[in-house]
Amino acid sequence: MQKSKRSVSATILLVLGAVYCLIPVLWVLIASSKSSSELFSTFTLAPSTHLWDNIVDLNDYRDGLYWRWMANTALYAGVGAAASTLVSAMAGYALAKFDFRGKSFVFNLILAGVLVPGVLLAIPQYLLLAEAGMTNTYWAVLLPSFISPYGIYLARIFAAASIPTEILEASRIDGSSEWRTFAAVVLPMMRTGLVTVFLFQFVAVWNNFMLPYIMLGDDRLYPITVGLNGLLNQGANQPSMYTSVVTGALISIVPLIALFLTLQRYWQVDLAAGGVKA
Amino acid sequence: MSLITEAAPVEVATPKPPAPRRRKAGGTPYAFLAPALILFAAFLAAPIVYAGYLSLRKVKVSGLGLGSKARTEVWAGFDNYARSLSDPDFLPSVGRIGAYGLIVVPTMLGLALLFALLLDANRTRAGISRVARVSIFLPYAVPAVVASLLWGFLYLPRVSPITDAFEAVGLTAPNLLSSDLTLWAVANIAIWGGTGFNMIVIYTALKAVPSSLYESARIDGASELSIAWRIKIPIVMPSLVMTFVFSLIATLQVFAEPMTLRPLANTISTTWTPLMKVYRDAFARNDLYAAAATSVVIALATFILSFGFLKLVGRRAFDQED
Repeated sequence: MQKSKRSVSATILLVLGAVYCLIPVLWVLIASSKSSSELFSTFTLAPSTHLWDNIVDLNDYRDGLYWRWMANTALYAGVGAAASTLVSAMAGYALAKFDFRGKSFVFNLILAGVLVPGVLLAIPQYLLLAEAGMTNTYWAVLLPSFISPYGIYLARIFAAASIPTEILEASRIDGSSEWRTFAAVVLPMMRTGLVTVFLFQFVAVWNNFMLPYIMLGDDRLYPITVGLNGLLNQGANQPSMYTSVVTGALISIVPLIALFLTLQRYWQVDLAAGGVKA
Repeated sequence: MSLITEAAPVEVATPKPPAPRRRKAGGTPYAFLAPALILFAAFLAAPIVYAGYLSLRKVKVSGLGLGSKARTEVWAGFDNYARSLSDPDFLPSVGRIGAYGLIVVPTMLGLALLFALLLDANRTRAGISRVARVSIFLPYAVPAVVASLLWGFLYLPRVSPITDAFEAVGLTAPNLLSSDLTLWAVANIAIWGGTGFNMIVIYTALKAVPSSLYESARIDGASELSIAWRIKIPIVMPSLVMTFVFSLIATLQVFAEPMTLRPLANTISTTWTPLMKVYRDAFARNDLYAAAATSVVIALATFILSFGFLKLVGRRAFDQED
């Protein structure tokens, strides 16, 4: 009796939390079906029939610039996360499985890097990349995303936990080169952990705003966050833009939500221990 | 560096039996580390050093300030720091971020812990728990810019269902984007976006505990509440410490949310948060030196707060070994 009552109140609290989290998503779903006059006049949660018109409007905006933003975002997040995962896997493997001079120094450096606030980096990164003539190019957003101290930290834990030293020895006795051992033995064994490292960085780059906002001037290079921010600013003078902003916001969250739902088990991350309990 | 080694002492590798034989292999580990170290140097170390350097420099204008030779960069000592700390916009932005942090971090982690404990206690009602878990985690997939955009519209008096609800019961609705409520409005976006991720981290730590541990406590007559308080919370403490530190770092750098809300809320100034002031100084005023000084101050404050906190709770920053 007592127990089931408690269970009911626990369920109610959880449902309340879920509703709070879903309201903005529900709202954008409804709002993107409204025409620009309806957006500010009809009841907030009353759906309408203009979703397709809004998508067409968004599509027509400067010859499909919106889709270019989406493609840019996929490029920044995909390439950035893939490169960062490989870099992290190599570094994590070296830190976990080798003894060498300077190892603890390197590891402490990486740990310090985890705690470096990005604010300190943004402006000098911009200036240094400007020196190299790389601001306002894809590289300006890609290169800084290749390094992730937290990814290296995670990869080191995954490597230590998942690669038995005996297997490395066996591979070496077989005459396999170090690089081949890494590619053929180590990477497959670290696979689960590396998916997590990839996802972390993918989401971080996908959601990033400040770095591309600072680095890019040409709106054809924008990721979706910077692009939508710009659209919203235009809406201040041109309220008909608001429907495009709302529809754009809806479409922009679909891919990431789909990714989350399909790869849920990789999100069981123990931040403190670094392990993935899949 | 000394701060770091203090808070996170170098590993005491206690090799598990059988002791893993680590390979001494000449240049190999360096080759594997090379890409990481090169990128680290280029995109973390160099920018930090450069920011420190810029913060101590200034431009000296000679003569009429015309021609390319008239402007030279010289050492400025701590002038930029004095200037940026005494800027009338600086202290209010620090005060705002302080209040914002005091709202966001405890609320977000409190909710994350609560939901994680509820999910864990509710292991039997798998269906509802699963839906709730996914729903609460969902906002993590929504970029801060998009989250601010969605909430921004929900705050607009002309669109807001909150306004409708107030009017339905005959009350005057508060304007959520008015100057005294903006802070709460922005805090809500951060709480909405961050609770789910932290919940998953804590929940994962909880799941690692075998239920048999709780069973025996239950047999001893412990209530669910005291099990949560005496067993579960101590078990997830390391996760709470880490989520706290990461939340603190993220909070002090809030930028995307207020920048996105600005077109909807004229109560958000260009220097609403310290990071927005850095941006304004660097790009709107072209004063890189003041911007560098301010960002060094924010970074130092972040370090002091995170290491101070880690010292306070007496924990190392990270578990060093598997």
